[in-house]
Amino acid sequence: MDQSMKHTISLLVSNKPGVLTRVALVFARRGFNIDSLVVSQAQSPEFSRMNIEATGNERTLNLMLTQLNRLVDVIHAVDHASDDVIQRELALFKVNCTPDKRTSVLQIADTFRGQTVDIGDDTITLQVTGKSTKVDAFHTMMSPFGIMELVRTGKVLMSRGKESTA
Amino acid sequence: MAKKMKTAAEVMLDVLYENGVRHVFGIPGGNSIPIYDALTHHPLNLILTRHEQGATHMADGYARSSGKIGVVCVTSGPGATNTLTGILTAMMDSVPMLVITGQSITPNIGLDAFQEADILGMSFPAVKHSYMISDPQDISRIIKEALHIATSGRPGPVLVDIPKDISASLIDPEIENDQDLPGFKDIPVADPVDIKKAAELMNRALRPVILAGHGVILSGAGEQLMQMAEKMNIPVTTTLLGKGGFPDTHDLSLSMPGMHGTAYANKALTGSDLIIAIGARWDDRITGVPENFCPHARKIHFDIDSVEIRKIIPVDCSVIGDAKASIEALLPHLEPGDTARWIKQINRWKRDFPLKYRKEGKLRAQHIIEELATMAGTEAIACTDVGQHQMWAAHFVKSEKGENWITSGGAGTMGFGLPSAIGAQLARPESMVYTIVGDGSFQMTLCELATAVINKLPIKILIVNNRYLGMVRQWQHMFYENRLTGVDLEGNPDFIKLASAYGMKGFRVKRSSDVRKTLKAALKWNEGPCIIEAVVEQHDNVFPMVPAGAALDEMIIEAPRRKRSGEGEDQ
Ligand SMILES: Cc1ncc(C[n+]2csc(CCOP(=O)(O)OP(=O)(O)O)c2C)c(N)n1
Ligand SMILES: [Mg+2]
Repeated sequence: MDQSMKHTISLLVSNKPGVLTRVALVFARRGFNIDSLVVSQAQSPEFSRMNIEATGNERTLNLMLTQLNRLVDVIHAVDHASDDVIQRELALFKVNCTPDKRTSVLQIADTFRGQTVDIGDDTITLQVTGKSTKVDAFHTMMSPFGIMELVRTGKVLMSRGKESTA
Repeated sequence: MAKKMKTAAEVMLDVLYENGVRHVFGIPGGNSIPIYDALTHHPLNLILTRHEQGATHMADGYARSSGKIGVVCVTSGPGATNTLTGILTAMMDSVPMLVITGQSITPNIGLDAFQEADILGMSFPAVKHSYMISDPQDISRIIKEALHIATSGRPGPVLVDIPKDISASLIDPEIENDQDLPGFKDIPVADPVDIKKAAELMNRALRPVILAGHGVILSGAGEQLMQMAEKMNIPVTTTLLGKGGFPDTHDLSLSMPGMHGTAYANKALTGSDLIIAIGARWDDRITGVPENFCPHARKIHFDIDSVEIRKIIPVDCSVIGDAKASIEALLPHLEPGDTARWIKQINRWKRDFPLKYRKEGKLRAQHIIEELATMAGTEAIACTDVGQHQMWAAHFVKSEKGENWITSGGAGTMGFGLPSAIGAQLARPESMVYTIVGDGSFQMTLCELATAVINKLPIKILIVNNRYLGMVRQWQHMFYENRLTGVDLEGNPDFIKLASAYGMKGFRVKRSSDVRKTLKAALKWNEGPCIIEAVVEQHDNVFPMVPAGAALDEMIIEAPRRKRSGEGEDQ
């Protein structure tokens, strides 16, 4: 049986209007939900980089990769499920935090090398960066305090060493 | 000295003309007037159609019969959306087409201006690629790119949306922006390792079958395929779109496989130990449920489009590249195995399960189709519409050249038959063109009779009139206990009067015994198009038939002998 797995796909695409729609349609047509999406200009301004996280079975994903690669505006699309690449994500957590809890919240944040970006009478907003699993773990630790808002950027990635990111 | 400026529309027409385009199909409107204005003094021929869908199917028939791109030019809004069915039809069947749509002036886009439609956005899932032009100076670059994308590799439709202010802009025709297609992949060249592997599988096979699709025709690989089949003594079955890629008349031909394929093609696939698919995409009308499709046969897949590899059917070996080049590379590695016993078996199936119908009694659709095809000959171009008559045409038109068989396969678009024939006749004025249409399908685009008449195109239009949406009636009859709903074409016009209303000749035939005589007169008729209305047995069903979801060897080969009350299903 096909296993549903989380995949991180990186694409190098032409930096033009409509390209994101064309890419998104390939996912939508097969009923693939996009878990996260990061789009930004690439080193050269004619191109953009997209990092997409999606969950689904291997076979469908491989088909979608070839379909993405077939798009005229896609220079290439690669799945990094098994590759060793640098992966980072940034998240902001707004947590319920009355002054009596501040020390414990900050202690945990410190362990995760989180930064305090805002502090109020009974809230604190923390920024955490790192692998998505680290952000997940921080999420778990903050839950008991009461998370009021949470926003994650989605994953960005880059290959290690001299190799250029596909 | 002032430079000679031209409108972007004029520059676009020049680029089309320089690239071999001679005909443009369409209907004008407010937002495409600058383009039509440029056509008034341009050597490109405008074929004014009666509906934009007709224009797309004409461009489609033009392309399939000539191998050249078909070009459509319409206005914005409804003009543009009317092309979508034709674009889908071309996409599904890999047909090179350029659709140019007018658009509201740039400052109005996105503001719900009159006749503004986001045709670019609507096109995304149905095109190979699409553009909107925002800088008039880009027009020649974009039109060249569009032509290149539409025609190279696996062909397909490309849409170019041009706002009215852009097409009317004056530009310097000497300035040309460079092509910019970093993401457009080159045609893949087959990997020699894959070629060797394919050859090994083929050399060892005892019961091989070749499944040849549209890719064979698109790549012009007919001759190479023939060499391969003959050298290896392997039978060839051709898909609905691959028909003619290998001659139906050849001893090794099995004709069409699948849902309405021949019994011998389906038995051969089921009994084979190796299926060699070439430019065929394992359509569900051939494979049924993929898991049940010939699970014991090994499979090789040759395709130019890597998306097709393992999309539906797992294969043992894939060769990605142009069919002709791949077969040429393969040929030297092939050593004939021993398929003599297999061929003997196949010939027994051919003898025992031929396609058949009754010639006496009521006029049968199959009878007039076979007779027309035989009398017109294999040099004539046969077009079809969609339905039972299409399947019977696939059975009884013997094709020897891919470009002489034109049908809507992937999309199964009713209304394709007449306009595609118009396009084919314009592309090949010297060839005889006939089109086999259903009474239902024909009425979807019959307004194009005017287009055929004013252009004096001597197309023979055979209307197979069973007064039913016959193919749907067949399904309701066979799988829904004959609960007929929405299939009775009560209210059909008098097709002969219709012909005369358009200033055309009309022939009607009701009896088998009159078939030859009527067809002879119709084939001689050369003053413009003519209609041949065949009033046929209403309740005939197409056989063989593999019920949806069943395996190929579960096909129903012949109509059951017993009669249902009120039905003459006794072929
Ligand atoms: C545009 C479109 N609408 C609906 C269908 C579904 N459909 C497939 S065959 C068919 C009947 C076609 O009737 P007719 O042209 O009379 O051909 P027949 O089957 O009677 O030979 C229908 C409605 C279709 N293929 N295309
Ligand atoms: Mg009918």
